[in-house]
Amino acid sequence: MTTKLFGTRVQRVEDQRFLRGQGRYVDDIDAGPHTLHAAVLRSPHAHAKVLEVHVDDVLDLEGVHAVWTYEDLADLSAPMADPLPLLIPHPTLTHARTQYALANGEVNYVGEAIAFVVADDRYVAEDAVGRIRVDYEVLPPVVGIEAARSATALVHEDVPGNVGARMEQSNGDAPAAIAGAPHVLTLDLTVERSACQPMEGRGTVARWDRDIDRLTVWSSTQTSTGVRAAIAVKLGLDLGQVDVVTPDVGGGFGVKINHPWPEELLVPLAARLLGRPVKFVEDRREHFISSAHERGQVHHVEVGFDDDGRLLGLDVEFWHDHGAYTPYGLIVPIITSTQLLGPYKPGAYRVRFESLFTNTVMVTPYRGAGRPQGCFVMERTMDAIAAYLGKDRADVRALNFIQPDEFPYDQGLIFQDGRALEYDSGDYPASLEKLKALVGWEEFPAFKAEMAAQGRQVGIGLACYVEGTGVGPYEGAHVHIETTGKVKVATGLTTQGQGHATVFAQIAADVLGVPLADVQVVTGDTRRMPYAVGTFASRAAVMSGSAIHLAATRAREKVLRIAADALEASEDDLEITDGVVSVKGAPASSIALGTIAVLSNPLRYAFDEQSKMATQFSVGDPGKPPVAEDDEPGLEGKDFYSPERATFASGMHAVIVETDPLTAEIKILKYAVVHDCGHLINPMIVEGQIHGGVAQGVGGALYERMAYDESGQLLNASFMDFLMPYVTEVPTSIDIDHLETPSPLNPLGIKGAGEAGVIPSAAVFAAAISDAEGFSITSMPISPSELFALRRLHQEEPS
Amino acid sequence: MKAGGRSGRLAVVKPAPFEYVRPASLDDAVAGLAGDPGAKVLAGGQSLVPLLSMRLASPSRLVDINGLPDLDGIEAGPDGVRIGALARHADVLASGDVRRVQPLVSLALANVAHATIRNRGTTVGSIVHADAAAEMPMVLRLLGGSVDVAGPGGRRTIAADDLYVGPMESSLHHDEIAVSAWFPALGERAGVAFEEVARRHGDYALCGVAALVDGDSVRAGYLSVCDVPTVVDLTDLAEADLGETALARLDPGDDIHASADYRAQLVRVLTARVVAAAREMARMKAAP
Amino acid sequence: MSEELHHVRLHVNGVAHDVAVPPRRLLSDALRHELGLTGTHVGCEHGVCGACTVLVDGRPMRSCLMFAVSAVDCEITTVEGLTNADDSLGPVQQAFLECHGLQCGFCTPGFMTTITAGLEENPSPTEDEARDMIAGNLCRCTGYQNIVKSVLRAAELRDAETTRAQP
Repeated sequence: MTTKLFGTRVQRVEDQRFLRGQGRYVDDIDAGPHTLHAAVLRSPHAHAKVLEVHVDDVLDLEGVHAVWTYEDLADLSAPMADPLPLLIPHPTLTHARTQYALANGEVNYVGEAIAFVVADDRYVAEDAVGRIRVDYEVLPPVVGIEAARSATALVHEDVPGNVGARMEQSNGDAPAAIAGAPHVLTLDLTVERSACQPMEGRGTVARWDRDIDRLTVWSSTQTSTGVRAAIAVKLGLDLGQVDVVTPDVGGGFGVKINHPWPEELLVPLAARLLGRPVKFVEDRREHFISSAHERGQVHHVEVGFDDDGRLLGLDVEFWHDHGAYTPYGLIVPIITSTQLLGPYKPGAYRVRFESLFTNTVMVTPYRGAGRPQGCFVMERTMDAIAAYLGKDRADVRALNFIQPDEFPYDQGLIFQDGRALEYDSGDYPASLEKLKALVGWEEFPAFKAEMAAQGRQVGIGLACYVEGTGVGPYEGAHVHIETTGKVKVATGLTTQGQGHATVFAQIAADVLGVPLADVQVVTGDTRRMPYAVGTFASRAAVMSGSAIHLAATRAREKVLRIAADALEASEDDLEITDGVVSVKGAPASSIALGTIAVLSNPLRYAFDEQSKMATQFSVGDPGKPPVAEDDEPGLEGKDFYSPERATFASGMHAVIVETDPLTAEIKILKYAVVHDCGHLINPMIVEGQIHGGVAQGVGGALYERMAYDESGQLLNASFMDFLMPYVTEVPTSIDIDHLETPSPLNPLGIKGAGEAGVIPSAAVFAAAISDAEGFSITSMPISPSELFALRRLHQEEPS
Repeated sequence: MKAGGRSGRLAVVKPAPFEYVRPASLDDAVAGLAGDPGAKVLAGGQSLVPLLSMRLASPSRLVDINGLPDLDGIEAGPDGVRIGALARHADVLASGDVRRVQPLVSLALANVAHATIRNRGTTVGSIVHADAAAEMPMVLRLLGGSVDVAGPGGRRTIAADDLYVGPMESSLHHDEIAVSAWFPALGERAGVAFEEVARRHGDYALCGVAALVDGDSVRAGYLSVCDVPTVVDLTDLAEADLGETALARLDPGDDIHASADYRAQLVRVLTARVVAAAREMARMKAAP
Repeated sequence: MSEELHHVRLHVNGVAHDVAVPPRRLLSDALRHELGLTGTHVGCEHGVCGACTVLVDGRPMRSCLMFAVSAVDCEITTVEGLTNADDSLGPVQQAFLECHGLQCGFCTPGFMTTITAGLEENPSPTEDEARDMIAGNLCRCTGYQNIVKSVLRAAELRDAETTRAQP
């Protein structure tokens, strides 16, 4: 019996090449000799009219092959003169704006692409960029939510009030419920901008093969099918002329789901027109100023509750800074507005938001995608209620939990996928009990007193979240059993380090009864699976994992059908072990998967000894067609998984911090996580995802922010000044406990796990620091300098 | 490279072209500098190369001194420590003799960036880079050290007090090469201490303070709270007045990582701590 | 204004390579593009992230902060040089595999070269020393937890190798 791989800590198969330095990231792709390299001239102004771009002497520079501005685009490919696509339209997004591949008369953030240069190498391309001169008329910039709301200046002159969208959802009459509540609190809560910052930035390589009129593009993306469709449209090619291959990707965390980036179109265009491969690899500063950010929101909460702390009505209004353009629609604020509710029953709920234009880098989802802000709002509210009533913070939460017998639970709202916000399963009280035990919640007051006696300040916080994972529309999988018995699996979504080649192989190997080593997984290659959506919203395991399970099951059905025929046995009596089908209890009566693959494909021509058995004088009933009417040749399975709605994972974090009474430095003493993503495919990988999320959360809570000045310059566009944590800044250990509440929505009972680790960070650190300091932290991230300022403020104005 | 908004040109990550020479003798190196007013010295390059890559500096010629003989010496004698221009931070930090003769050099070096940077970066290079956020210029000044430089006219010695003339600006002439730095030995009854607060381990400090206590004399050096490495005399002050007295001589500023108020607080806290620690060291040494 | 090329010999992973490069060619670019050793990655090109770390005469250094022309007379080791002669994984590589010390793999070569040198200097680090060893390298995926474990595991594997070699 082949050991079941699902649920075990299988070592990653992809690591062999990574560890040997043989990973192939986009800049490692050798697209052929004479590859040219691109660089981009970017706006130094946050808001300006572009009066004229002088490129006259650029082509004089030896080694420069092309320099393009907006004026050139229409001649190169008519659709390139239009703005980039609005990827996710929404009825309330009344004033959507997207940028042009190269600025058309106006720039709206520092970093917006103005001119594109192709040269022998990146060094020369940068020399060429340095020769371009631009005449600007500088316009007043709009930086930050306050400036956007005041609308004294407009980002786009035809967007009144800088408002891209206004949206409202409600369930019940929240204002009335609050008016009638015995207790009411209001809170104002702020989260600043941050960014994904994968270690590898964006990059694209393209090669035009003129012999077959076909384009091959390698892009460091989270959606190869999306990039492919966009390139075809913008370059005026048939979809069948464009192949997009996602190579190894050095991290994504959301930013690479947005597409097409200007360079994702300009590079293939240049490759086609210049007849040579072209490569663009973003540098770190470009990533800061011309990719995407997230998180910047300001929130106002009114909450009504009873004497026990039970929510009666919750009314939330918030303002979302979406930057200069809205290619990704309203996904982030919609997620905040819905996922804010977490594991709680809010009573009546109303949420309203405005999505605002500013002259800053545009906003698209970053791991967590609006949930960290929502969690921060809800959990600060819970802590405020507990503080007001003098109750234990965990008890107030427990009182408001959706109970295990209340699933499926409909929150009465529409989620980010246009579907009902209906939780499928969960056990929040059990999670809370586990978390309290893990962090030592009950023992903490004694510890705090002991520390205080030594002159030390410590605090504890906890935060709970629910995450809708595995949103649609679909993913598919193709499983092919070759005549060697090896299994090739293809799914269309992409991989950025999540270990898909391992976990997907675990799923396929279990279904087909083959050793893990015999399964090879390909992701993100449109040549292998042209129908796919992408990797975001913690959906890969749920969507492609389920699709692979279904496709492998189809292949297995065919295996058993052919084997039953060959072994003259009933399908029900067969089992597959280590790649061999045998009759249960009669192992001598067996046939290898490879042989079945041979038999599945009636041949006229043999190509080796084994294939002779499938040729026309060897097999088949002369009275029937060689391939039956309802069958097809080959041993393959293909299927798609398209669930009605998302599956809802959940979790709770707790942290104990120490704050220095003099320097206000913040030290993490203990970090605990309870996580429920249904059945775990590979616990080692899930824990790795949690570790990474927690570290990114520490960054977002205590270190990282986008420091824009009032003129719209990003002051910290480097790893020197954007303070991503090193090992020295993360907890020395992260205690993890799992709960496995299976999802009823998919065949494997799984839920997504990728984003979870980062969701409650701002909330849990704000809670712990508040507990240590004795005043409430309402804006995140927080630095020692800011904490010091808050101490001064609270000393001057005792609450 | 200093924290706080020194951003490079847009979308530039490769250096502009330059001429490269790798002289085999100090004379040739000096001649290489003298021959081109746009020339710069390349030693460890850990501060220079990022500036070149972001095209914040575009020298027309780089004079690579890494091939010069006899410049990597680390000599610790009874009077002090002499560190050659090609001695890497890591080697200076690893030297037990240096730690024994002038422990402040070692204490401060442990805070210079990360180990990998210290493997290539040179202590003398850091000193003449003259960054007020860096550890070694301040330490040289606090200890009353000096730098020996070679130029077309021969050699001269520049006292630390005369070395730092403005933000990121030293008094070396364009055609001079720093060949060594000199740190006087710690007096027999003297004590030193160093402490800094940085946002992340290995980052440039928000504030760093070193103290030198020798008999009645109490002096403290500061980094990241002035445009130039600054030393303040704190002799004959009560414990409680140390920080405020220092602050009167300093000019802590705002940047994206810390407010001026917070830096002032760090000056107070760290000054008290390092002076106390340096006194304790002196006391321990004086103890029989 | 075509740039003057310098003919330099780079010694990488025990092999001498003669290349002609302009002076401004960063060592990281020369390794990747002139020599095709693309295992050395470039994450920031301002010396902060550590992805490009290689060993120069056995010491970890940022290859993005060195010029290829300046790297003559040194022995350079890249991630490709960490694999054993029989093509099996070296102890640091093996430890990363066993401990799930990598996710996207982009920063991994810089960590592994750094740890290789670190264990040479300190063959049996404590957990704190393991953390200190990797304190200058950024990883955005793993939260470092399993990289610290990998350092400790690599020390064990190395130790076992040494014991085997000296019966």
